[in-house]
Amino acid sequence: MGSTIVEKIFSRKCGNEIRAGEVVMAPIDGAMIHDITGPLAIQKFSEMGGDRVFDPGRVIMLFDHQIPADSLEAAENHVFMRKFAKEQGIFNYDINEGVCHQVVLEKGRAAPGEIIVGADSHTCMYGAVGAFATGIGSTDMGFALKFGALYFKVPETIRASVSGKFQKRVGAKDLILSIAADIGADGATYQAIEFGGKTIEKMDMAGRMTCCNMAIEMGAKAGIVPPDKVTWEYLKGKRKMKPFDLSSDEDAVFAQKRSYSISDLEPQVAVPHNVDQGVPVSKVEGTPIDQVFIGSCTNGRYEDLAEAAEVLGKKKFDPKTRVLIIPASREEYLKALENGLVERFVKAGALVEAPCCGPCMGGSFGLLAAGETCLSTSNRNFKGRQGSTEASVFLSSAATAAASAMKGRITDPREV
Amino acid sequence: MRVWKFGDNIDTDAIIPGRFLTIYNPTELAKHAFEGTRDEYAKQVREGDIVVAGKNFGCGSSREHAPLALIGGGVRMVLAQSFARIFFRNAINVGVLPVVCRDANLISDGAKISVNLKKGFVEVEGKQFAIEPVPPFMQGIIDAGGLVAYARDLKEVPVCTKSQR
Repeated sequence: MGSTIVEKIFSRKCGNEIRAGEVVMAPIDGAMIHDITGPLAIQKFSEMGGDRVFDPGRVIMLFDHQIPADSLEAAENHVFMRKFAKEQGIFNYDINEGVCHQVVLEKGRAAPGEIIVGADSHTCMYGAVGAFATGIGSTDMGFALKFGALYFKVPETIRASVSGKFQKRVGAKDLILSIAADIGADGATYQAIEFGGKTIEKMDMAGRMTCCNMAIEMGAKAGIVPPDKVTWEYLKGKRKMKPFDLSSDEDAVFAQKRSYSISDLEPQVAVPHNVDQGVPVSKVEGTPIDQVFIGSCTNGRYEDLAEAAEVLGKKKFDPKTRVLIIPASREEYLKALENGLVERFVKAGALVEAPCCGPCMGGSFGLLAAGETCLSTSNRNFKGRQGSTEASVFLSSAATAAASAMKGRITDPREV
Repeated sequence: MRVWKFGDNIDTDAIIPGRFLTIYNPTELAKHAFEGTRDEYAKQVREGDIVVAGKNFGCGSSREHAPLALIGGGVRMVLAQSFARIFFRNAINVGVLPVVCRDANLISDGAKISVNLKKGFVEVEGKQFAIEPVPPFMQGIIDAGGLVAYARDLKEVPVCTKSQR
């Protein structure tokens, strides 16, 4: 009987055969904490009698949710974490680099075959480089910081095979919204989702990140794309590693195999208030919107911004619609700046903010009032997620968001 | 002990909205639990009350503020048809017992409820509903009184050993 890529990652780490369903205390290669969940993780680490973290070089710290400090409490949390970083010798990216998940990947802090935990649910994004990465709470993180290991119930895997060629202005976000609608908000609970097939093989790293990022929206413990040429190319200059084979065996046991053919896929929009409520854009076209947010770990990369700029052309955004554009990291921001995207967005009427989570989790700025509607490229449209529980959030790709921002209503990006 | 009944897919943003995440004190968090979703909850919840929900309770963000906001109001048990993974572990780690009850959807809001963990059922208005035991490897953490207590005296952990499922 063969093994899934997830079983192989755990087996390689431990040097013995580990199967889905088994509970194992596995060593971890990285632990990520940020300004929201980090202070509590540090507190728990101390309460557990933690003195020194297991390996300061494997702890990734940064601030992204409430930056620059948007309240006195946030400022104090930042100070608390900076102090801990200094005491422990942890490198702290502080407020300078951007959204945690983007930063972890672009700094090469996740690599094929590694096991990484993060005190944030979208940690599953690192599966884009073939790591097993999962989101955990602060107490589990305190444990991980102390021992460098954590209990894992090794998940079964759903294999999602994707074939076909995307239509123009349709891409990874539309795919993952349609997969979420198919699998459902809890359809992959306690399982991993492995993305494969010709479409994924051809997909760039940005798209793979978008897909893996949203595995949690189906309840999954991890999303993963087996490392291939695209992955190793991405890792060049980030990690000194020799490429090696890591993929599921053909005779591996999967919980489910699902196939998606995407040649006819329309742009997708998830309607309020759940991520699995994806519908073709044609179903909601014309819905008036007050705010558009292009950014987040899901879709704030240069590729997303370039897609938005391509849709925008030399035109302007609708003056009655607030358009917030937030690159996912400093590196992505610089690329956008150097290629003239920032100037184009600002001239078109958008606010381009410094890299951070922005309105995605409704804790910082860009909140919605009761009765308002936002179209967002982020990952969650839960009631109250971006402000009032009487506001509505729709989710889409950057292309759909840009087209909609130009019209002030939800618009098919293929029609502008 | 009364039932606070919620539906399916109750996410952690609903349990404690993002704007309160700079708070870590359970009592303070509890003042904002379900704010905007069910405003009377925070004012009326009492020690020992039980939150009952449908499928996928606690989905979304990994914020541990969610089970802390429940504990701060005196809730030490959530009964649901199913739980999201991160919430399930967080709850056990901090001392809220997440109990799977396949018929939780049949329990009504405001009902009086009693729990018999040993025999594996809850009783609501004369009717009994079966509940499932937590996975054995998590039971050790519960028995210790949460993950902090479990880990406090450990110097090292048995890396790469398998546990009972």
